[in-house]
Amino acid sequence: MRVNFTVNGRQQEADDVWEGESLLYVLRERMGLPGSKNACEQGECGSCTVRLDGVPVCSCLVAAGQAEGREVVTVEGLAGFAKQRAEHGGCASGACGSEGGTSLQAAQQWSAKGTDSQTGEGTELSPVQQAFIDAGAVQCGFCTPGLLVAADELLERNESPSDADIREALSGNLCRCTGYEKILDAVRLAAARQGEAV
Amino acid sequence: MDFLRPASWEEALAAKAEHPTAVPIAGGTDVMVEINFDHRRPEYLLDLNRISELQDWHVGEETVQLGASVPYTKIMENLRTELPGLALASHTVASPQIRNRGGVGGNLGTASPAGDAHPALLAADCEVEVESQARGSRLIPIDAFYTGVKRNALEADELIKSVHIKKADGPQQYSKVGTRNAMVIAVCAFGIALHPETRTVRTGIGSAAPTPIRAKAAEEFLNSALEEGGFWDNGKIITPSIAKQFAELCSGAANPIDDVRGTASYRKHAVGIMARRTLGWTWESYRSGKGRGAEGVA
Ligand SMILES: Cc1cc2nc3c(=O)[nH]c(=O)nc-3n(C[C@H](O)[C@H](O)[C@H](O)COP(=O)(O)OP(=O)(O)OC[C@H]3O[C@@H](n4cnc5c(N)ncnc54)[C@H](O)[C@@H]3O)c2cc1C
Ligand code: FES
Ligand code: FES
Repeated sequence: MRVNFTVNGRQQEADDVWEGESLLYVLRERMGLPGSKNACEQGECGSCTVRLDGVPVCSCLVAAGQAEGREVVTVEGLAGFAKQRAEHGGCASGACGSEGGTSLQAAQQWSAKGTDSQTGEGTELSPVQQAFIDAGAVQCGFCTPGLLVAADELLERNESPSDADIREALSGNLCRCTGYEKILDAVRLAAARQGEAV
Repeated sequence: MDFLRPASWEEALAAKAEHPTAVPIAGGTDVMVEINFDHRRPEYLLDLNRISELQDWHVGEETVQLGASVPYTKIMENLRTELPGLALASHTVASPQIRNRGGVGGNLGTASPAGDAHPALLAADCEVEVESQARGSRLIPIDAFYTGVKRNALEADELIKSVHIKKADGPQQYSKVGTRNAMVIAVCAFGIALHPETRTVRTGIGSAAPTPIRAKAAEEFLNSALEEGGFWDNGKIITPSIAKQFAELCSGAANPIDDVRGTASYRKHAVGIMARRTLGWTWESYRSGKGRGAEGVA
């Protein structure tokens, strides 16, 4: 079957989708967006977290056909999404204007380019992404995309989250490397910077 | 496989009538796991996401009519006052991502003894509204809904439309044993609701029998003990011996198994502890509520 949906603010079309396929599979294998990770395929790890009509969900548990006509934001579009939100207020999804969003090509080629260990230098990052780098919250990086999407959504609805709020919001995302402390630091850092900017 | 996408409730009922083996998919948090792991290969998937009335709820005089697909997050955010037990139970489900998708209709559809909505629904008291194209709608009392391990009273051509849940007329609590807070399937769970209007207490036990159950003997004992002691009127502290016997009867109602999450004897023990604690919490809240009421008058 064919699925028409909005990915990172741009209208997209996926063809030859098997009816039992997950949204995660469509994003990774059909749209060429491997940012959302596939680790457990059973909702346990959160590494496949995307926004579906603004709501954070495990894309491995959304049937592809359920995304028909809806808006998806993946980690590849997070920088653009955050930028639009900062500039235009609430409507970051691209639904309210044709200008916004991240093209599929740009999303596919997304990388945190850097000239040295200062990963991310020279590339546009969302505040949450920058905070993860600055706080040293990325080790192997497998959990990072899901955490970024979840953390960005937390900071969107809660400007100054308590530690309990952060733990709650990230409780569906597992990390095997960091021990979480640096991840909490990163979210606190992003929140603090967000507060200064206002 | 075919993917059916009805745009309305009528279309969904028609699709289910035409294809009784079609598997409804709401939040997908149970169905997609089974498909991803090849445990299930249904001929038809029946997507319920486009049916907006399943996402709605109505707060009436005596009941809340909760649409089958209202996600747990919405229950926690919007119905804490009307359905405190279910709101607490919802908060213990998995993680934010799962709670944003999964809901009570799916929990009832799966009818796992470990489903967190069940003890809260049993304790609050409710009826499940199901409908078929051929026979129209009917209300199934929650006590008649769970028919076996992961079995429910739905016919093949029926869909769950909503749950009519009694609005809380007194304190409710939900308690769950697991290895950590997030992402935990209950080792066992306990729901309790005080109903001062009818001077009754109802319970619900999860993961401690082939189906979710009520501890009926414990309820009967407690109801008459509270009546005899005039507790509903005098608001006195429930005596330790009454609480103890209530806990023992709850524990005795459980008929659990040993599995990877816990042993049968641990589950029985834990049910008793949760029963005693949640009775204490709810009764304390009832008493202090009475106290405030009296002060307000004075
Ligand atoms: C990682 C993870 C953790 C979990 N943790 C918990 C937990 O802590 N507690 C808990 O209770 N559950 C848990 N679950 C299970 C699941 O999230 C719940 O059972 C949830 O309520 C299912 O709702 P859903 O809308 O996603 O159901 P779906 O997966 O869409 O459907 C579940 C079943 O119900 C049927 N169904 C759905 N809607 C209807 C309808 N309207 N009419 C008829 N049949 C219908 C479907 O055909 C299917 O058989 C967990 C799941 C995952 C993946
Ligand atoms: S891959 Fe989706 S939650 Fe793990
Ligand atoms: S950084 Fe490796 S899993 Fe989190």
